[in-house]
Amino acid sequence: MAVHTLEQENRRLKWMMLAPALLFIGVMIVFPILYTGYLSLTDAFGAVNADSSFIGLLNFSDALGDLRRFWPAVWRTLVFTVAAVALELTLGLALAMLLRKPFRGMRWVRTIMMVPLLATPVAVGVLWLLILDPTTGIANYLLGLVGIPPQPFLGSVAQSLPTLILIDVWQWTPMMTLLLLAGLSTLPGEPIEAALVDGASAWQRFRHVTLPMLTTAIVTALVLRSVDALKTFDLIYATKGPGGGSSHEAETLNVYAYGLTFDYQEYGLAASVLVVFTVLIIFIVVALRRRSAKASS
Amino acid sequence: MTAMLPRSESGSIPATEAAAHLRRRKLLTGLRFAAIILVSAVFATPLIWMVLAAFKTNVQIGNPDDALIFSPTMQNFRNIMGEGIFLPAMVNSAVVGLVSTVLSAIIAVPAAWAIGRFGMHRAGNWVLIARIIPAISLLVPWYYLFARLELVGGYTVLVLSHMFVSVPLITWIMIGFFANLPTELEEAGRVDGLSAFGAFRRISLPLAAPGTATACVLALVFSWNNFIFALILSDESTKTLPVALFNFISYASVDWGGLMAASTLMSVPVILAAVFGQRYLVAGLTAGATKG
Repeated sequence: MAVHTLEQENRRLKWMMLAPALLFIGVMIVFPILYTGYLSLTDAFGAVNADSSFIGLLNFSDALGDLRRFWPAVWRTLVFTVAAVALELTLGLALAMLLRKPFRGMRWVRTIMMVPLLATPVAVGVLWLLILDPTTGIANYLLGLVGIPPQPFLGSVAQSLPTLILIDVWQWTPMMTLLLLAGLSTLPGEPIEAALVDGASAWQRFRHVTLPMLTTAIVTALVLRSVDALKTFDLIYATKGPGGGSSHEAETLNVYAYGLTFDYQEYGLAASVLVVFTVLIIFIVVALRRRSAKASS
Repeated sequence: MTAMLPRSESGSIPATEAAAHLRRRKLLTGLRFAAIILVSAVFATPLIWMVLAAFKTNVQIGNPDDALIFSPTMQNFRNIMGEGIFLPAMVNSAVVGLVSTVLSAIIAVPAAWAIGRFGMHRAGNWVLIARIIPAISLLVPWYYLFARLELVGGYTVLVLSHMFVSVPLITWIMIGFFANLPTELEEAGRVDGLSAFGAFRRISLPLAAPGTATACVLALVFSWNNFIFALILSDESTKTLPVALFNFISYASVDWGGLMAASTLMSVPVILAAVFGQRYLVAGLTAGATKG
């Protein structure tokens, strides 16, 4: 009888404890989502409270038919995300294997790796602007020492996106490493020892024993990094300015939607782009999560 | 590992082979150590470059001959402090960060307890969804709503928008801490006459204090670094540090020295957090990641 009332009290309490957080997120999200959905169906433009009328799906057909800004932005978003996350995963995995066993000075190495990922993205952006400055930057000076001609880096249309990918890799590979190190630390030791006894080489042990056991941690790290990479804004804004540069060479979906909204005040069109963008992100997360559920079962 | 070390005294492995094995081992250890130093240098050098540039004149910054050897100047720091933008922005960042973190912890820690202790992951996913949605898709409606309420440009909207990042972050980190606490402790408290809430407050909450501290430090860092919300929702007087940083970039020229001094000062709290909370921050950042 006493157990029963304890259970009842718990049930009531757990919802009371969850309610404020759910309510806060709900209020902050539900109105915006409904309002963005509504805006995407109107021709809202100019001041936020200016008159607008319902135009159906016209914004969506405008956006999806826009081969000049919209599709290049989609393409850049995907290239940036896939390239950055793939590089971060490969390097992160290699670093995690390198740092797996304890060594002297481990604490310092870990601290050094923490700093890029905690550093303010805007500050990281301007720091790399300084390093990669086409004429006065130290990067071209160092390249010159090994006989490589000066590169324009962020100053050119062609190199902007690859350079941004490399900066993202510098800032976020440590995150991947730390996530994978945490994953490695939870693995049981026996399968690796068994493989060792069976005479498997280091590569075979990694490829056939460690890697399969690490799948769940890898997929989780991929989801976390992909979501953030898809939404990259600070770095691009800090280095390339509004619109992703004068020829929009670094304009991703996020930067495009920002420009439409706050520079051009095309609220209706921007809302339709954001609806597409949000659906894309949720689709990617769900697909990756389903993958990880399948892999771990 | 020790099982693999050759034992020459046992006679099963010839002594010369054992010596060769040891040499290979030593070489591998050396290579590993070199690789670790190289990696550390790659991650640390750009930041060291930033700090060095903060103490250089703009002429020295552009001159490779002055890369490492130069007479340091405090002029950049004096300039940014004298401009009357940097210090107020730092105060704004600190106020918004502290207030949003404390308020977030007050609602996120109990939520994480409910989710972790009772396995309410389905309800919990609604808190975490805030992590996935692009911030920009919320900014227009927020701007519209807060403009109507005449709140845009004030601290309230900045705190609310930063809380939107902190609440899911703190919840995400704390779920793991509460899920790992044994339920027996709370149950014992209940038997001794504590209410359900009393058991949470007197038993689980103190036990989760280290985790809460980690989560709050990370929330502070995220708030400190946040750019996009303040870019739109702040005005001249409530501007936070990342937005104020752009004052050093004009169309005509860039004040690299001022920019690097500002970036350095901005990074100091973050670097301190990394140095002193390294182990806990790693645990916090990776919380939930290994469990999926």
